[in-house]
Amino acid sequence: MKFTLNWLKQHLETAAPLDQILISLTALGLEVDGVEDRAKIFAPFFVAHVVSAEKHPDADRLKCLVVDTGAEKLKVVCGAPNARAGMKGIFAPAGSHIPGTGIDLKKGVIRGQESNGMMVSEREMGLSDAHEGIIEIADDVPVGTPFAQIYRLDDPVIEIGLTPDRGDCAGIRGIARDLAATGIGTLKPLDDTAVKGTFKNPVGVNLNTEHCPHFVGRMIKGVKNGPSPQWLQDRLKAIGQKPISVLVDITNYMTFDLCRPLHVLDADKMKGNLNVRTAKKGESFEALNDKTYTLDDGMVVVCDDSGILGLGGVMGGTSTGVSETTTNVYIEAAYFDPLRTARTGRALQISSDARYRFERGIDPQFTAPGMELATKLIIELCGGEPSDVVIAGKAPERNLTIEHAPAYVRQLGGIEIDEAAQEKILTALGFTVRKTGKTWSVSTPSWRSDIEGRPDLVEEIIRVNGYDKIPAVSVPKLSAVTRSAETPILSKSRQARTVLASRGLDESVTWSFMDKGLAEKFGAGDKQNVAALTIANPISSELNFMRPSILPNLIEAAGRNADKGYPDTALCEVGPVFESPKITGYHVCAAGIRSGLYLGRHWSGKESSRVVDAFDAKADALAVLAACGGPTQVQITRDAPSWYHPGRSGVMRLGANVLARFGEIHPAILQDMKIAFPVVGFEVFLDAIPLPKKKAETARPLLTLSPFQPISRDFAFIVDAGLEVDNILRAARGADKNLIDTVSVFDVYQGKGVEAGKKSVAIAVTLQPKDKTLTDPEIEDISKKIIDSVAAKTGGTLRA
Amino acid sequence: MEKLRPQCYKKDLKDLNKVTAMTATIIALKTELTQLVQAATDLPGIEAARVAALGKNGKITGLMKTLGSMSPEERKEAGAALNVLKDEIAALIETQESALKRQALDQKLADEKIDITLSPRPERKGRIHPISQTMEELAAIFADMGFTVADGPDIEDDFHNFTALNFPPGHPAREMHDTFYLPDDPDETGEAAKKLLRTHTSTVQIRTMMKEKPPIRIITMGRVYRSDWDMTHTPMFHQIEGLVIDKDIHMGHLKGCLTDFCRAFFKIDDLPARFRPSFFPFTEPSAEMDIGCSREGGGLKIGGGDSWLEILGCGMVHPNVIRNCGLDPDEYQGFAFGMGLERMTMLKYGIPDLRTFFESDVRWLQHYGFDPLERPNMATGS
Repeated sequence: MKFTLNWLKQHLETAAPLDQILISLTALGLEVDGVEDRAKIFAPFFVAHVVSAEKHPDADRLKCLVVDTGAEKLKVVCGAPNARAGMKGIFAPAGSHIPGTGIDLKKGVIRGQESNGMMVSEREMGLSDAHEGIIEIADDVPVGTPFAQIYRLDDPVIEIGLTPDRGDCAGIRGIARDLAATGIGTLKPLDDTAVKGTFKNPVGVNLNTEHCPHFVGRMIKGVKNGPSPQWLQDRLKAIGQKPISVLVDITNYMTFDLCRPLHVLDADKMKGNLNVRTAKKGESFEALNDKTYTLDDGMVVVCDDSGILGLGGVMGGTSTGVSETTTNVYIEAAYFDPLRTARTGRALQISSDARYRFERGIDPQFTAPGMELATKLIIELCGGEPSDVVIAGKAPERNLTIEHAPAYVRQLGGIEIDEAAQEKILTALGFTVRKTGKTWSVSTPSWRSDIEGRPDLVEEIIRVNGYDKIPAVSVPKLSAVTRSAETPILSKSRQARTVLASRGLDESVTWSFMDKGLAEKFGAGDKQNVAALTIANPISSELNFMRPSILPNLIEAAGRNADKGYPDTALCEVGPVFESPKITGYHVCAAGIRSGLYLGRHWSGKESSRVVDAFDAKADALAVLAACGGPTQVQITRDAPSWYHPGRSGVMRLGANVLARFGEIHPAILQDMKIAFPVVGFEVFLDAIPLPKKKAETARPLLTLSPFQPISRDFAFIVDAGLEVDNILRAARGADKNLIDTVSVFDVYQGKGVEAGKKSVAIAVTLQPKDKTLTDPEIEDISKKIIDSVAAKTGGTLRA
Repeated sequence: MEKLRPQCYKKDLKDLNKVTAMTATIIALKTELTQLVQAATDLPGIEAARVAALGKNGKITGLMKTLGSMSPEERKEAGAALNVLKDEIAALIETQESALKRQALDQKLADEKIDITLSPRPERKGRIHPISQTMEELAAIFADMGFTVADGPDIEDDFHNFTALNFPPGHPAREMHDTFYLPDDPDETGEAAKKLLRTHTSTVQIRTMMKEKPPIRIITMGRVYRSDWDMTHTPMFHQIEGLVIDKDIHMGHLKGCLTDFCRAFFKIDDLPARFRPSFFPFTEPSAEMDIGCSREGGGLKIGGGDSWLEILGCGMVHPNVIRNCGLDPDEYQGFAFGMGLERMTMLKYGIPDLRTFFESDVRWLQHYGFDPLERPNMATGS
């Protein structure tokens, strides 16, 4: 919302300087977005008299002027062909900044002649491209008159941001009223007395929709349309409006000045009486913006016998538009329902100054006064004879009275404001206050449809008084012990991302939505209800589905990074994946991928330069489980979902509960995704990791250290090549659960020396005696048990 | 060699004429063995010298064997002299041997020299995303003020996202949100069936107030979604929402809490703060908070200066919202606030472009991300 300072002062009697007005506007909630103070820009320039103009002795095209600035006579060198003795022009003194050229003017010597400033052209002032000569000023304008005053550029333009509730301030008078309430000035009265009609309005009005409850019409005969007077054009131009003709300009002026959008129709183009109704689907309407719209059921239209003349509250039509030749004009002032106006405007994508105001809610009581004010302005500027007004329906009345307890201001607003001050503020804003004891009955003004209850009144009082005056009070802690602020899932998310980053994965944040086709490759439809998770209005077709997995986003990211020259990536993300749109239909997942080489090529050899493999992903998944307090022993099963390599992937389970899955990404899927390097990945479901059963004790269980040396024995078994090593470990562990502390694999070998179809698996077993040192026969005995157990459970034989 | 000469031997020198043949032999042997040991240049040489001198058939051992044939007096004198010689030679061998060993080790170490300009074995160092860092910072700051974290689902319904928050149906304020919709849930009816992606984290206010009794003091952080994508908007971004409900929480507390928060977050003790009236459907009175900044030279610097920067929206929770959650607005009141996490992160850490947050460019993640050891902590001030 834009306005100029002088325009504001037409409603506000104030001596306050601009800066104070700006501070007050923002403090009121009418946030100042910008100020263009052109008077400041043009302050250095003023009218001066050219006393003499002689040809420059050393330059054909230059002249040496003597300029009378009122204070002194200065030598100025000038190149303009129209510079001559006796003329008046605009002088720019040395030291001034020339807005059109961006140059800071300095005293100088031009071809040997002193020059103390310049006489400027319109282009040099940044006003136009005119540069044929310097600006010429009429003889009767006194020397010293500011340039901005002559060009009427001395009125600062203020732009404020308007919150959607403050429709009343979509008119300058509303802004003035708010400012007056702060005590910065007083609101000037408005003369809205009725204009007496000299003839009967020949056009009847029928209202056939509840969305237009009130309509006021008047005809004015014998007007003269044409360009608006300078003051009106200047004001409209200042706020970015293009002057069109005086009749149209008056309606625009009323819109911005009083938030009273009007419509003027060429009465000679109208046919019969007016009928306000809702449109039927498919009706066509040619609007004043030269576009044709196909209307839908329920849109409010103003019609006559010739058809649709206007779209209520949104835009008028071309068929009855006024022109230079219009002599009889019909003025429409109506109240259109905010919601209906908003819906129509949105559906047809028409933004207009009228819609902006109707959808925020204009003052319903101001329809008839607005008509009178518009009539006066038309008669003043265009002449003509006004008719009676025709009034159809009546203004909707709200009649809201709120019980206000002055003490509530302190209770909610946190500031003591005395009763007299409260009453003064409310009254200045147009509220009617009736004191009925401890509480007051406060009636809302018709233009404040945003006021609904007691807290609204508190806001009115404390905002006019100033939010800055409310003393800030720190929020006291509720208890001495800082409670654990994190939810369990938030703790696990933090632990997961921390451990993954410390393991070398960069944490990403990617979209929660993805391409449905891609999602289907990663389990959409397995558990998900595909239709239920498809976004009805996606921002793009590639982002139309709630992700079932984070992996595709990370794989795509790896692809993008590879395209930029970084193929060896390690990325992770902790975030939601979706199974259904229900409140419990999502999981918090920590997922990650590694692509290309494990660490990149390096002189130290194979380990760092090797290609990523499923065990990298397995290690990442186990690290997340460990960091999140998950179980140390999990079952590993082979049933990872289809986007993993079927032979190089696994699922980590705790009973039926799937904690995680990991493995190489299926090469066919990588191929589909145009990824040309190997990728391994994992997905840990943080919400599936069981929480500790009860609050963990701060004290740890007592540590008992055995005084006896642990004993390590190595065994190599020949087993079938397809046997999973875990079977050997479990068999060995089971041989003597009391003494065997750890069992680990340190070699798996196939090849020379081992029969085809077999492999050699070497394990290390650590025995931890608890109460005495083991004797050699005892150790031999346990070794035998281990060998027997492995043989029995796996068919493995000790390698010779 | 002077210091090796024993006292007893010196005494005998008083009368060189009485030197026995044995003594002369010992003197000669000493000279010979000393030369032999000193001539050894490697460990086998030293070993050979040891054998030659002290071995079973060594020269000193040989002389020792002759002692038996001497008179007790002679034997006493010669035996003592021989023992002295034996100790001297043994000591000399040990000294020489350890010198040679050190020499051998020095040679070995010289041979083992590596090119220390080569890079060590690589390790990956991952980084924490700036958004996560900010979320953890916020949790730490608000935990210190007695807040706990609450959460809610990303896929919401019309009731929790709009209606309960006092957005009237069809109101332009709803349109400001550019909502993503999902198909209606056939198991639900009315507003609960109308599924959408939450446009703000304010939904968690509703969920919290519906299940908890005041005093309530929570923050919630998470993903929110709006159908907008340009230089300064992405279809998904993050918000933090705060809610304080009790019997006597007023605007003064709102100002105090949020001023304290901004100062803690930006680590500026005297950060200027300004509250302006504003509008949100779910608060009344409503405010926007600005913090002081300087825009000199085209840059933006949080802190002193003559300019203001809008940072968050806040207000006293609207009685309709409190009532919609089953609480009595005549008994309970409080404040709520919300802000965009990307914006806070960009301002604090000087990240210029919102869109880059979601591109997963490893160069960006490595540059703007945080060391996993550098977790936000009130105690360390990080």
